[in-house]
Amino acid sequence: MSEMAEEKTNYLGNKEKVARIINSVLEKVGKAEEVSRETIYKELLDVQAIIDEMRRQVGSLKASDINGKHIPGATDELDAVVVATAEASGSIMDACDAIQEKAAESGENGDAIIAEVMKIYEACSFQDITGQRITNVIKTLKQIEDKVDNLVATMSERMPNMEDDDEEHGDGEDHLLNGPQLPDNAISQDEIDKLLAEFDD
Amino acid sequence: MAVDMNMNVLIVDDYTTMLRIIQNLLKQLGFKNIDEATDGSMALEKIQQKNYGLVISDWNMEPMTGYELLQKIRGSSESYKNVPFIMVTAESKTENVVAAKKAGVNNYIVKPFNAETLKTKISSVIGDF
Repeated sequence: MSEMAEEKTNYLGNKEKVARIINSVLEKVGKAEEVSRETIYKELLDVQAIIDEMRRQVGSLKASDINGKHIPGATDELDAVVVATAEASGSIMDACDAIQEKAAESGENGDAIIAEVMKIYEACSFQDITGQRITNVIKTLKQIEDKVDNLVATMSERMPNMEDDDEEHGDGEDHLLNGPQLPDNAISQDEIDKLLAEFDD
Repeated sequence: MAVDMNMNVLIVDDYTTMLRIIQNLLKQLGFKNIDEATDGSMALEKIQQKNYGLVISDWNMEPMTGYELLQKIRGSSESYKNVPFIMVTAESKTENVVAAKKAGVNNYIVKPFNAETLKTKISSVIGDF
């Protein structure tokens, strides 16, 4: 069973337990002369324990990470894709321009070469299409971010003790596997060379 | 009547890649005077200042879309009111095409497109060349 499915099952189970205990307490209070305060107190403690456990589980979801880290990270990555494909398209078209000029000067076969270069130009329109699709995805992510914002605000008001655990890196290399970095986070080849050179000193 | 290949043509798109592609295709087709704008409001300014024989515009741009540009042009009482207007867009829903037609578009090209499509659509609007 996935972690999320397991959490849902636990939640539903806890919900039923709380309802059952509260019903039991109400029934006993209704017949107050037949039940001791100690019994009611014990059942209320059970409810408290379940609520504490649910709070712990909700806190462990790290909802604030979704809008604070994951969604902004994803939108930044997508923005970077648009920029990178635009730059790549520009480079391809620069090369096309140069080939066209040479082809125009070459005379023989020049027209055939230019016709093929035009096909490359046409294909570069993928950048516009993918850019628009990515922009739509970014808009959707921002809508989700707003909804999570509202959810986190509501939860923080009702559960002031809810805190996120600091992220810990295990012994594995997972925290090193982040893929290409965004320009602001990346270091240049020169900086990498200097850094490596420092190890040799 | 032969098409004047020296006519002013305005292309409007917020993606520089697309502007460059259309510009290049138009040059290959023989058009010599091509201007560019990156949204509807910039295009409208240019149209108000210069006489264009053809406008080729994207739809989805900010702050002014190609559709709004078309509406402003067709709603105007100026001489540019009837300038031939081709929409070149990724918006390929029927309702878009219908709305553009009702607003007075002369032709509609869905991205991605090729040089042959562009030539055919331009010919249908301004005549063979």
